[in-house]
Amino acid sequence: MDDNSVHELALRMGDNCLILGQGLSAWCGHAPALEEDIALANIALDLIGQTKHWLGLAADLSSEKKTADDLAFLRDVREFKNCLLVEQSNGDYGNTLMRQFLFDAWHYPVLEALVKSSDKRIADIAEKSIKEVTYHLERSTDLVIRLGDGSAESNKRMQGALNRLWRYTGELTEPDSIDDALADSGIAPDLGEIRKKHTQYLAAALREAMLTIPDGEQMQSGGKRGLHTEGFGYLLGEMQVLQRSNPGAKW
Amino acid sequence: MQTAAKKTSVATVWSWLENVPDPEIPVISVVDLGIVRDVVWVDDRLVISVTPTYSGCPATAVISLEIENELRRHDVEKVEIKTILSPAWTTDWITEAGRQKLKDYGIAPPVNGAASCAGALMRPAFSAVECPHCGSSETKCVSQFGSTPCKASYRCEECLEPFDYFKSF
Ligand SMILES: [Zn+2]
Repeated sequence: MDDNSVHELALRMGDNCLILGQGLSAWCGHAPALEEDIALANIALDLIGQTKHWLGLAADLSSEKKTADDLAFLRDVREFKNCLLVEQSNGDYGNTLMRQFLFDAWHYPVLEALVKSSDKRIADIAEKSIKEVTYHLERSTDLVIRLGDGSAESNKRMQGALNRLWRYTGELTEPDSIDDALADSGIAPDLGEIRKKHTQYLAAALREAMLTIPDGEQMQSGGKRGLHTEGFGYLLGEMQVLQRSNPGAKW
Repeated sequence: MQTAAKKTSVATVWSWLENVPDPEIPVISVVDLGIVRDVVWVDDRLVISVTPTYSGCPATAVISLEIENELRRHDVEKVEIKTILSPAWTTDWITEAGRQKLKDYGIAPPVNGAASCAGALMRPAFSAVECPHCGSSETKCVSQFGSTPCKASYRCEECLEPFDYFKSF
């Protein structure tokens, strides 16, 4: 197995954590309740911490001398390999929670498998991350159920969020040639297996939340190839402005 | 100055590290917290292996710096702080003394299997967290995410005081 595929895996994992962490950070000081504000800030912090591990590994494996910060702040849209789900705008609080839930329910089984990766660098990061993600999944599941099975208004908002975001869930477990190579060498799991777990988990939780999975939705994909949705450039612009306008700035 | 010929014993180094406080909960040391995993001399270099509590814990960098400062105070010249991720830190590594210090400070120490506010699909069973103020087990989890990544917010139904719970991890 060449390090190129491991590099790509580290980028994909790291970019997912980074972009979702960036989106969540925007809630800091704006969430509907103090406890929610603190929870979102903590989850964002966990994800940014995990980003540091993943992009640190990607940087170590890159041919040029790069750091995790260079990868986060100096790459352009096409070089980011995160899935489309995590780059969708925060929307209302229900939308943010639904996005988190759909992602956590994928993130958890992926990390569970990566803990057993044949590549120790990957396994170590997964072992650390999964402890944090266990809490993320527990929380987002609980809140999606409470709000879905809550008032008429909260149910309507959660269903709306699910309808909007569902089309971005297929990509999470859609393998490309890199995924296949990683699975063959025991570095990463077979995404077909992850798909089964993801689908099962979502179905059980959403049923309990009294929410209906959209039928016959056309799935969108492209993130792993660097093809992103419209709002992504703005997200990067905001995230990178400081380093772009003050190259090398430190604090 | 320490030379390769005259190295302080590893046991003494551990006792120095017991004076390095956790920056966020200063009553407890980095040794109590269980994040110092190894102390070893490699030639004339003192290598300290440290593991982060949470991946994004902002205290991690400060902790490394404070360990380095403490060792410099004892005239150790060459220090290397090594960050290790595996085995991942667990609250089981908090020492007995550390748990007592947390409690005295007003933070409930971790209880295995507790801190579950949800239990919707996962972790159905949970055990009670004792109020650090009055000792009552009639407590309620307000949020699994508290003032720092390692804490949850609780409320005591008996004395009605809010408190931090160092969540099991
Ligand atoms: Zn009490």
